Amino acid sequence: MKKTLFTTFAAALGLAAPLLLAQEIVVGEIVSMTGDKAGFGTEIHNATMMAVDDTNAAGGVLGKKIKLVSEDTQSKPGEPAAAVQKLISRDKVVAILGEYTSSLTLEAAPICQSAKVPLISPGATNPKVTEVGDYIFRVCFIDPFQGTVLSKFALETLKAKKAAVFTDIKQDYSIGLADFFKAHFAKNGGTIVVEKSYSSGDADFKAQLTAIKSANPDVIMIPGYYSQIGLIAKQARALGITVPLIGGDAWSDSQLVAIGGSAVDGSYFTDHFSAENPDPKVQALLKRYKEKFGKDAGSAAALGYDAAMVLFDSIKRAGTTDEPKLRDAIASTKGYQGISGVITLDEKRNANKPAVILQVKGKDFKYVTTVNP
Amino acid sequence: MSLSDFFQQIINGLSLGAFYALIALGYTMVYGVLRFINFAHGDVFMIGAYCGYYITDRVQAVFGGKLMWASALVVLLFAMAVCAILGVVIERLAYRPLRNRPKLAVLITAIGVSLFLEYGGQFFFGAIPRAFPELIPDLPVGGLGTLVITTNQVLVFGVTVALLVALNYIVKHTKMGLAMRAVSQNATAAQLMGVNIDTVISFTFALGSALAGAAGILFAVSYPSINPLMGILPGIKAFVAAVLGGIGHLPGAAVGGIILGIVETFVGASDYSTYRDAIAFAVLILILLFKPAGIFGKATVEKV
Repeated sequence: MKKTLFTTFAAALGLAAPLLLAQEIVVGEIVSMTGDKAGFGTEIHNATMMAVDDTNAAGGVLGKKIKLVSEDTQSKPGEPAAAVQKLISRDKVVAILGEYTSSLTLEAAPICQSAKVPLISPGATNPKVTEVGDYIFRVCFIDPFQGTVLSKFALETLKAKKAAVFTDIKQDYSIGLADFFKAHFAKNGGTIVVEKSYSSGDADFKAQLTAIKSANPDVIMIPGYYSQIGLIAKQARALGITVPLIGGDAWSDSQLVAIGGSAVDGSYFTDHFSAENPDPKVQALLKRYKEKFGKDAGSAAALGYDAAMVLFDSIKRAGTTDEPKLRDAIASTKGYQGISGVITLDEKRNANKPAVILQVKGKDFKYVTTVNP
Repeated sequence: MSLSDFFQQIINGLSLGAFYALIALGYTMVYGVLRFINFAHGDVFMIGAYCGYYITDRVQAVFGGKLMWASALVVLLFAMAVCAILGVVIERLAYRPLRNRPKLAVLITAIGVSLFLEYGGQFFFGAIPRAFPELIPDLPVGGLGTLVITTNQVLVFGVTVALLVALNYIVKHTKMGLAMRAVSQNATAAQLMGVNIDTVISFTFALGSALAGAAGILFAVSYPSINPLMGILPGIKAFVAAVLGGIGHLPGAAVGGIILGIVETFVGASDYSTYRDAIAFAVLILILLFKPAGIFGKATVEKV
């Protein structure tokens, strides 16, 4: 009797809702829509929405539509933990995409790991991120590789013997990348003549730059984020520092040139992909992005799109969103043809991908060379 | 550290300290009159920078791209005017209704106004850091050998000194200044003597906020990346500078700012740059241990 009553009740009142719910696969996203990393965040969010729309337009996955729930992490420590808690317990997401920065991903990862909800980061390159556990993945290369590429480039192409390193101490990414660069550079005949540091949010760097200048380096490696690189470059040039500046993938945003102007001209950085890649699939996406959002897409957009697509592809291959199976499907991603390159996840859940070196020329990032792992 | 490096770092420290001093003047003025910390001051500073961001192109178009200094002056005055109005509005809407309530209520409201401006700024201006247009060309001042001073650094320092002198004059030698000092000593007694407290307080806020607006423009010219949260860190540091100099004391705020700038610069240049803020603040705590009311502050006995 009770059961019949309940069934009738459900049929009468709640039929529409559960049916609708069953038609959707809920995916979470943590992304810095505000704060000083918002340039990357907006691009990733836009690209992720494009991936969701594209997939839904093509019929969704497993006959269901994808529903994206986004949480703003505000470029701020402390936010990702609360955001993923909410996504997991309230929105019951099957998997989470993000964060782009290593520090913020490292806050979210342990929670996803213990809840056994897969997390795929588009761009967290610090090796510690996927070491958190077997539910944490990324679709980008890692900093030991990126640091080596930068060091080799400085030694071989720029013929630098003495390097200065200027690190953002608030970013795990920056500290890690600096360490890997220093290790390789020192082991291969170079000398690190001076090391200085700053914090995210600083605006004045003249004290450290004056000290760097008097150490007389051949190249200055600044593994920081684009929003401050422009200011650092301007102040360096104003102090009469003329040597090349080099950095990593966190430079890759149009604001770098908007703020830095001629001061960043001629600088080099490593990146995940080049917008000059002639692959029609890449060019088609860049064109669509520009039409839709009125801005050029950079590597953040490419990685954001890829992270989402790798997840959707894995759900298809798993045939279910049940966690152990979905996790295994993501882990076995092999030869996925993404926008940022071919994605194959290794046993440590990192993507094994080549890096490109780009040079700032006027308002553009010009392709210089590709370095394979 | 070579001698030329030492002097270069002194210059760097002075130019950084000038900013802290400029912002600290606004904090200390409001405190001097109302005995409360206007935590929204750093965010009014941010609004000043955004005023410049939105009108620089238009002003420069009016001047036909010529007369750089004249257009810069127009932008500066515009930002100061907008911020002065904003300061008066904030006081009128948020602080005046609480004037006779416990100080803690006003303090918490100030934090609320600060957050309101920050997140309202993110809503209206967008959260992405913006590149501030080139208002005046930043050229090196020649003839100093290896030392580098830019026109902006000279400008910031000059404006700070000029505003400090002007403020001091207003407070010490004008009728409004006399009224401000009277309100600061005893608001009720001042009212009985025919001082219109509302006008005096509005004037104080207008003046303090105009200073924040000027600082915002100068800051954005020197560090041309602006975002809605840009006021938080300089705001906190300027607050510390004001306390260090003896809050409520105008030249004290300037001296506090310069000390903070120089300490930060020398720690930043040393091998301990990682701990720059920690060491700079430790030095401040040390000074306050010996001079609890700040360098120029007079120790007052709390009336019970």
